[in-house]
Amino acid sequence: MSIMEIIGGILIIIGSIFLFLGALGIYRMPDIYNRLQAGTKATTLGAMSLILGVGFLEPSWMLKSLVLIIFIAYSNPISSHALARATYRRGHYPLILSDDKENMDAYQEVVPHEKEKEEKV
Amino acid sequence: MQALTLNQKLGRFIVNWVFLMLLWIMFTSTFAAQELIVGGLLTMIISLLSIRLFTCCDLSLLSPVKIFWMVYYFGVFLVALIQANLDVARRVISPSLPINPGVVKFKTKLKTNYSKMVLANSITLTPGTLTIDVVGDTFYIHWIDVQTTDPEKAFTEIAESFEKVLLKIF
Repeated sequence: MSIMEIIGGILIIIGSIFLFLGALGIYRMPDIYNRLQAGTKATTLGAMSLILGVGFLEPSWMLKSLVLIIFIAYSNPISSHALARATYRRGHYPLILSDDKENMDAYQEVVPHEKEKEEKV
Repeated sequence: MQALTLNQKLGRFIVNWVFLMLLWIMFTSTFAAQELIVGGLLTMIISLLSIRLFTCCDLSLLSPVKIFWMVYYFGVFLVALIQANLDVARRVISPSLPINPGVVKFKTKLKTNYSKMVLANSITLTPGTLTIDVVGDTFYIHWIDVQTTDPEKAFTEIAESFEKVLLKIF
């Protein structure tokens, strides 16, 4: 077993651990915004680490895996931003746990809350 | 969008060509002459067609100082990404689920759309924050553990370390 294979294996294990933690986060978090938080970060680093590990195991794929990593780092946050924005505009507002409910949601100055929808959700 | 001068167009074309060519070399993973010629022609046609659409900056982007700051930014970003993952892991594993979510806003000094996009992406991937929307120069951030609702303090907490470097690049 060469040193490259050991590094690749370790990276793949780290990647799968982070992907598992992301899945656990999606299961445990209370509302869609917190789920997106856990989902985006964990899947980005998890997938990057997995793909880099594959690059180490198969050195001729190294450059291609680097391109994939760049595109994942580029597109993953954009998709989560689009999901969060669409959800807010659809009328599902973030869960707020603290007592200061008025000031905790700054985005309502752009998209005013609609009372009826809020009750339905 | 304002009209571009011929000089700007030429600069954007060359920057785009260089980046697409780098991408082509990474995809083919070879320096064989036939691959390079085909790649050069194809990337030239693509960057000619997309001068207005996909380009961000002109030739000054390729100066050594800016390339140094880009590498530096990548380092800052990587550290923040790993911190963010450890942070999420801590929150997910701990049984009491320590969160205090809310939406905060702050203003940025960045001017161009492209740099705002990079900043928004970086914020999404750093500890506990998710960009919901960018309206003009105001960022709306979902924060998993709100420490302050004051825009200026939130800016120092979330975005200052990135913006300092981005102002030097763009």
